[in-house]
Amino acid sequence: MPESLKIEVIPEGTVIDHIPAGKWLKVVEILGLTKPNGGTLLIASNVPSKKLGRKDIVKVEGRYLSEEEVNKIALIAPMATVNIVRDYKIVEKFKVSIPDEIVGILTCPNPNCVSNHEYVLPKFRIESREPLKLRCHYCERTVEGEEILGNL
Amino acid sequence: MDWKGRDVISVRDFSKGDIEFLLKVAERLEEELKKGPLDYARGKILATLFFEPSTRTRLSFESAMHRLGGSVIGFSSASSTSVKKGESLADTIKTVEQYSDVIVIRHPMEGAARLAAEVAEIPVINAGDGSNQHPTQTLLDLYTIKRAFGGIDGLTIGLLGDLKYGRTVHSLAEALAFYDVELYLISPELLRMPRYIVEELRGRGLTVHETTDLEGTIPELDVLYVTRIQRERFPDEEEYLKVKGSYQVNLSLLKNAKETLRVMHPLPRVDEIHPEVDRTEHALYFRQVFSGVPVRMALLGLALGVLG
Ligand SMILES: [Zn+2]
Repeated sequence: MPESLKIEVIPEGTVIDHIPAGKWLKVVEILGLTKPNGGTLLIASNVPSKKLGRKDIVKVEGRYLSEEEVNKIALIAPMATVNIVRDYKIVEKFKVSIPDEIVGILTCPNPNCVSNHEYVLPKFRIESREPLKLRCHYCERTVEGEEILGNL
Repeated sequence: MDWKGRDVISVRDFSKGDIEFLLKVAERLEEELKKGPLDYARGKILATLFFEPSTRTRLSFESAMHRLGGSVIGFSSASSTSVKKGESLADTIKTVEQYSDVIVIRHPMEGAARLAAEVAEIPVINAGDGSNQHPTQTLLDLYTIKRAFGGIDGLTIGLLGDLKYGRTVHSLAEALAFYDVELYLISPELLRMPRYIVEELRGRGLTVHETTDLEGTIPELDVLYVTRIQRERFPDEEEYLKVKGSYQVNLSLLKNAKETLRVMHPLPRVDEIHPEVDRTEHALYFRQVFSGVPVRMALLGLALGVLG
């Protein structure tokens, strides 16, 4: 199958490339694209990739996602690149980056943390980026490595 | 930093300047108290919400509020409230703030005080949230040291006991990093201070020694801060049995100490300090309990905006 068929271009919207293979569903969930007004989605999964081996691509037709919105996926797709398309042409391109505050995406691994029991959005602050280390706003516990991936 | 309306949730929220200011206000109040009753907080109501019992801490806060001339309402176990009926913490807080001017909360879950502070319009003071924070304990520890020695800089301080699970020693160590002190961390191998805390202390310029040898270390110290090995913090009983009773501060140990050594303990103790030490000049732990009152008076008064 020619490459162009697998990765069709969309007329208008946002293309999120370099998502780790198998993570596209998590990405669309975090971005709220599964809602009825989320935009038409085109998914390519398990696409061969030089950078990642295999990758997923999510295309959102008719919607321009802001950098701030897309940064929410940085924890699960740290290598993701975002292309904004107008009239079949890429007009803007950026890489995701981890925001200073992560709200409502990651649950706290501390079972005794109040955020796992009360009606409140879990919230984390960046303690360090390299290696990635977050601190729960509520219980003040730090989370890193596998624990982050396991609680997304 | 403006103290009026301020929440007191975590030692992490404090700067050195905040701590110094607070200790100064506490000192002033302690002197004023000697002259007679105070009425800074007349007409003000403190609500003490103790979702798990901690009689000492609650009494200390209640005493502080009464000594400021204010009054107190509250409960001391979740089973006697509508929490038992499934009411959320947020709703309890929103209700109680209609009755009071400041809230003190003790809760078994980590982060509960932070959440309460976000919900409440009035100031919230953390009196212990699970195994996370107990900031007023740390502040009264610092106050006790300052009162006993006239200052904190230049002292050699030993932290003894359960340095792994002990919430009090973690936040005390972090607060001491604001000062020019030398720290000895004395514990059984199994109960060493977590790596990340030791690294943070060293990173902040503190000289930190780690040792298992209490006897060899005691001649160096100005302050020995003793903690209890708490059975309930251990993931398994076997680990607890290995370290239980691994040290005791008694008269024969203190023979090698400086005459001016002061022994502290957040209390309650079990057998880590022999009662015979109580009658010596070394014992500072009951004075430490007393310190809780002026320190909590200062916190309440500042948060209420009736002191400055
Ligand atoms: Zn947490």
